[in-house]
Amino acid sequence: MTTDSPYALTHLDALESEAVHVFREVAGEFERPVLLFSGGKDSIVMLHLALKAFAPAAVPFGLLHVDTGHNFPEVLAYRDRTVAELGLRLHVASVQDFIDRGELRERPDGTRNPLQTVPLLDAIGRHRFDAVFGGGRRDEEKARAKERVFSLRDEFGGWDPRRQRPELWQLYNGRHSPGEHVRVFPLSNWTELDVWQYIAREKIELPSIYYAHEREVFARDGMWLAPGDWGGPRDGERVERRLVRYRTVGDMSCTGAVDSGAATIHAVIAEIAASRLTERGATRADDKLSEAAMEDRKREGYF
Amino acid sequence: MSTDTATDQATSLLRFATAGSVDDGKSTLVGRLLHDSKSVLADQLEAVERASLGRGQDAPDLALLTDGLRAEREQGITIDVAHRYFATPRRRFVLADTPGHVQYTRNMVTGASTAELAVVLVDARNGVVEQTRRHAAVAALLRVPHVVLAVNKMDLVGYAESAFAAIAGEFGAYAASLGVPEVTAIPISALAGDNVVTPSAHMDWYGGPTVLEHLETVPVGSDPTDEPARFPVQYVIRPRTAAYPDYRGYAGQVASGVLRVGEPVTVLPSGRTSTIAAIDGLAGPVDVAWAPQSVTLRLADDLDVSRGDLIAPTGTAPGTTRDVEATVCHVADRPLRVGDRVLLKHTTRTVKALVKAVPSRLALDDLTQHPDPGELAANDIGRIVLRTAEPLALDAYADSRRTGSFLLIDPADGTTLTAGMAGTAFAARTPVAAADDGWDF
Repeated sequence: MTTDSPYALTHLDALESEAVHVFREVAGEFERPVLLFSGGKDSIVMLHLALKAFAPAAVPFGLLHVDTGHNFPEVLAYRDRTVAELGLRLHVASVQDFIDRGELRERPDGTRNPLQTVPLLDAIGRHRFDAVFGGGRRDEEKARAKERVFSLRDEFGGWDPRRQRPELWQLYNGRHSPGEHVRVFPLSNWTELDVWQYIAREKIELPSIYYAHEREVFARDGMWLAPGDWGGPRDGERVERRLVRYRTVGDMSCTGAVDSGAATIHAVIAEIAASRLTERGATRADDKLSEAAMEDRKREGYF
Repeated sequence: MSTDTATDQATSLLRFATAGSVDDGKSTLVGRLLHDSKSVLADQLEAVERASLGRGQDAPDLALLTDGLRAEREQGITIDVAHRYFATPRRRFVLADTPGHVQYTRNMVTGASTAELAVVLVDARNGVVEQTRRHAAVAALLRVPHVVLAVNKMDLVGYAESAFAAIAGEFGAYAASLGVPEVTAIPISALAGDNVVTPSAHMDWYGGPTVLEHLETVPVGSDPTDEPARFPVQYVIRPRTAAYPDYRGYAGQVASGVLRVGEPVTVLPSGRTSTIAAIDGLAGPVDVAWAPQSVTLRLADDLDVSRGDLIAPTGTAPGTTRDVEATVCHVADRPLRVGDRVLLKHTTRTVKALVKAVPSRLALDDLTQHPDPGELAANDIGRIVLRTAEPLALDAYADSRRTGSFLLIDPADGTTLTAGMAGTAFAARTPVAAADDGWDF
């Protein structure tokens, strides 16, 4: 039974309309927006929404990939194919370049996720990007739950949760001073399940690693990591072949696979709906560091 | 959350807000809604259990689920609006969980601004207190269409119907005096789980829905055919490609009402007229579009239309004005004073404005007016008069939350100063008598 008006939108239509509104607000008010694109599902959905928001014209901004150097090859191939097919402009900010120049130092644990902040802020400054679209969702993590759709960052890229602007109605305030920029999160109100349902509805292609496949993995910190040049496995870590898929896609050194036989989008949706773990809890080593790990990274200018 | 949600795409989205203090059991209620709808996952619960043990508590403190910032956890209070997401097979919910302290009125106003339903919590032992009246007043000011009074801790008053009836009666009369059109009162115990998700075994005298049942069935959205259509132009789409050499589309989100191909429209503030030649929806061309769909309009005539203009049906287009009277909530730490030069952002249009007068401040516990306050400080609600540099196609907030609302912004550093609701609602010196029904005051 439903008492809704015949004009009520489905939840996916409501979320889609809201995200498109956000994209158009930014295009209308900012000089140099850019969309953070990792080849992960959230950034792919963002790009899909941006294409819709400005059709039949081209998307009026480019993409920025912060490249840790520890990429899944399937994801890089997807990125390059998408950019070529759509005729988009891609900027790459490379963590490896900063390490090679001695401006960043490799961490003892080998993970490069926290190292992304410096190249990200450097690219924002160098290209004078004033609006940066990120795929962050408020359901991901409790510090993110306090994030605005338009999130002002100071000239150091920093986020001060106590100085956030109240965000009322659908009136987004994107005013900023020179040197400051605004992070914009069109998927703020989406959940992991919404993203997957939307991917199914829109028949959006994803990198193959999101679906079940056989892969050599080894166990570390309760997660299945893929061996690679980044430095795994260590002595005593045994590699085995398992049927797995990825729920999130990030740096190989800290993004874990989950045991899964879900080879189709509908199997994935059924699996997520029944899952008893959050996607970050299941697959991200960096968020297990402390209760405030994400808040600390965000304050420093992380995604 | 069952797998039905995964396959059934036809669920609607309800945005709602909760207001109340920790003492009223708001966090427990939110925690129970999330927990009993299976939206709290094992690793989150584990993290909360670990943190609760670390603080010397023996039971998991569900408030830690919603208090996301270190300062909040350290001080044990909610500082900022937290957004929570959960779903049942029938509906997807976006919950704006707002702190109830008076110094955080701006957060409650923020949460209520997009909410279609507000849950106000009271402790059954204390009944309607000053804070309850403030929460009702914010819901009335922001014109939240549905208000739920959750009378909590019924277990501590012996599940007595008389206790519930007295509180529901007092609150209902007060809410009606503020013009709240509908209150649903529900007796609950968030701690014991009575009437939150499952019906209580202790209150046979109550025949109404549980909180979750009510959230699942309350109508979402108003009927757009009841409202005049409003279309603020966000962005002009001009591909200028070989395939689309002459395409000129006006992209935006329908703010209210219904628009149809062939309909005569007026563009404001210029006043020029045309007809809608085509509507491009997000999945292709459509004949009709309604709020809150994002679409692109094409007009039959080549007019000069740009971001900030408003397209409306010619018969029901709003007037334009440079003189704005409004009820506002001041959200910045620096005060708002007569003579301040500000930016006013209304829909997609931002214009310069001057604060001409601050005729009154409203006491939030009863919305009575205190004349000539001199200035509005953070969290104050008041009346202001503005003069804008350019005309605005402004509706009364009483007629449209979307096209009757605006922000005042500091032109120097971009700070959001004030949230405004246009019109003369709440302009009376005393609250409107309870006999006046509905929202017209």
